[in-house]
Amino acid sequence: MTITAPDIDKAAKPVKVKRGGVIGNTGLYIATGVATVLFLIPFYLIVRNALMTDPEITGEEWKWFPTSIQWGNITEPFDDVTVDFARSLWNSVVVAVLHTAGILLICSMAGYGLARIPYRHANKVFYAVLATLMVPTAVTFVPSFVLVSSLGWVDSYRGLIIPGLFSGFTCFLFRQYFLGFPKELEEAARVDGLGYWGAYWRVVVPNSLNFFAAIATITFINGWNAFLWPLVIGQDPSAWTVQVALSSYMTNQTVNYHLIFMATAISILPLIFVFLFLQRWLVQGIAQTGIKG
Amino acid sequence: MSTTTTRGVAKNPAPAKVSKDRPRRGLRANSTFNFWLFTGPFLIGLVIFVFVPIGWSVWLSFFEARFTVTPSQFVGFENYAAILQDEDFRNSLVTFTVFAAFIVPATWALSLGLALLVNRLRFMRAFARSVFFLPTAVSYVAASLIWKMSIFNGVRFGLANTVLSWFGVENIAWLSSPDPPWYWLVIVTVRLWLQSGFYMILFIAALQNIPRELYEAASLDGAKPGWQTFRHITLPQLRATSTAVILLLLVAAYQAFDEFFNLLPKATWGQPPLVELYKMALGENQNYGAGSAGAVVLTLLICAVTLLQGKIMGFGRGEESK
Repeated sequence: MTITAPDIDKAAKPVKVKRGGVIGNTGLYIATGVATVLFLIPFYLIVRNALMTDPEITGEEWKWFPTSIQWGNITEPFDDVTVDFARSLWNSVVVAVLHTAGILLICSMAGYGLARIPYRHANKVFYAVLATLMVPTAVTFVPSFVLVSSLGWVDSYRGLIIPGLFSGFTCFLFRQYFLGFPKELEEAARVDGLGYWGAYWRVVVPNSLNFFAAIATITFINGWNAFLWPLVIGQDPSAWTVQVALSSYMTNQTVNYHLIFMATAISILPLIFVFLFLQRWLVQGIAQTGIKG
Repeated sequence: MSTTTTRGVAKNPAPAKVSKDRPRRGLRANSTFNFWLFTGPFLIGLVIFVFVPIGWSVWLSFFEARFTVTPSQFVGFENYAAILQDEDFRNSLVTFTVFAAFIVPATWALSLGLALLVNRLRFMRAFARSVFFLPTAVSYVAASLIWKMSIFNGVRFGLANTVLSWFGVENIAWLSSPDPPWYWLVIVTVRLWLQSGFYMILFIAALQNIPRELYEAASLDGAKPGWQTFRHITLPQLRATSTAVILLLLVAAYQAFDEFFNLLPKATWGQPPLVELYKMALGENQNYGAGSAGAVVLTLLICAVTLLQGKIMGFGRGEESK
């Protein structure tokens, strides 16, 4: 739409610079093949272990594939009584979805205000936002926890979601984006009698869906994968997200390999889907903004 | 992320066409109202959840506060003295330094290498790129779990030890002892796998922005393709991206928590700053005073490192990719 991201899918233009010929090309594809296999090994291991029996996993001899695929493993994390896996999965869905929706709404509006609405002290406000970028949010988890716990938000969705919604960085990205948004479109809306509010919702947002999709994808992945803050806030197992639940498997007294890896597979699956379907926007978003989180 | 971005906030002229048929003050009041309407929710949240905690923690760091977040007794700089004398805390800064010394150059080199590789492919290009990028979707917890339970689990049936056994190497206990420090291999490879693809995308974008003419001119001048053009054209042209990537990697390494927490849960060694803070504030002692002092120290350190690095490497001087 209005974004012209570098087209990453396009192969490098055939420049008249001598390539290494057949040998060089073979080397190139061998290197790619090796790197691809190495990068896929961890995914392979998840699937392998998730669909094996424990004796097979821990057996004397290494087995590349299960002798018979254990489809029954799929339900095991949900039947486990030590960790409420279904609950943690649901918590993650709620947290990641509301986190994404909230950030998109709040930070995009703020970014638009800073980029487009004239106000005498806008500069000062912008510097105050910039200043927060100097302090990584993870470093301030102790004071944030202190605040959230005195609000009584420990073990609640509020505590998990709300403190993370005010991302100076996302606001900054939206501001940068809106600075480059074609003014003519807004002026046309203004002539049609729309105020800032109307122009924003009827013209600016509908013409920026690519950018919103990019930010949404990155934000969702970060929300789903977040660990430190959910660990701090989720003191009670009922408030655990799926990442905290996975982490607890690793320190459990009894280790049940196939169950743990099935749980890991289930926790990764939604993201793989999001990733594969939205990869285009994700790549564009990263190439434009250069950042995640 | 660059210095060129601070322009254009207040300079945007008020929309002149509309203002003609309205009194000037009305318009200004209107836009002031709208400014706060748009930015208000964000700014209120920012104050409550970012500025207040930082301020509170600075205040709390001067007080005795154990098991409670309301300070009980003013102790001056005692928390700071205690934390700077705390051996665990100082060791955590050493751990971070070693970690950064490994992970920053390694990720930089690998992600640049992958970008160069993908950029030259004619076939399987999108596939290879997707494969390298896919780990970005995986959490540090899940990756740590795979590394700890299946690759580097220190017993016979782990993948790493299985492969080593084909060459007659004895089982290695990767994560259970600081000596020899095998755990670094585990920790660094986890992060390499997770984040290289992400930075690769940045490099691919930057590579495609290098003007073709430069290579053509170099070729006319007799530069050999390969190392020479890479050294004298590609690398200098990637300067701004490289600088940004290194800065991002450094800040990310500073905030490392997930993989250390999960890979070395019971270790007393090899703990980075955030894990120490976590133990201090949320461990048995719940010492929020010292925890806050630690947070302040770490924040100041990272600000200093960021500013210094920006200065040394001329951050934002070259604007090639944005």
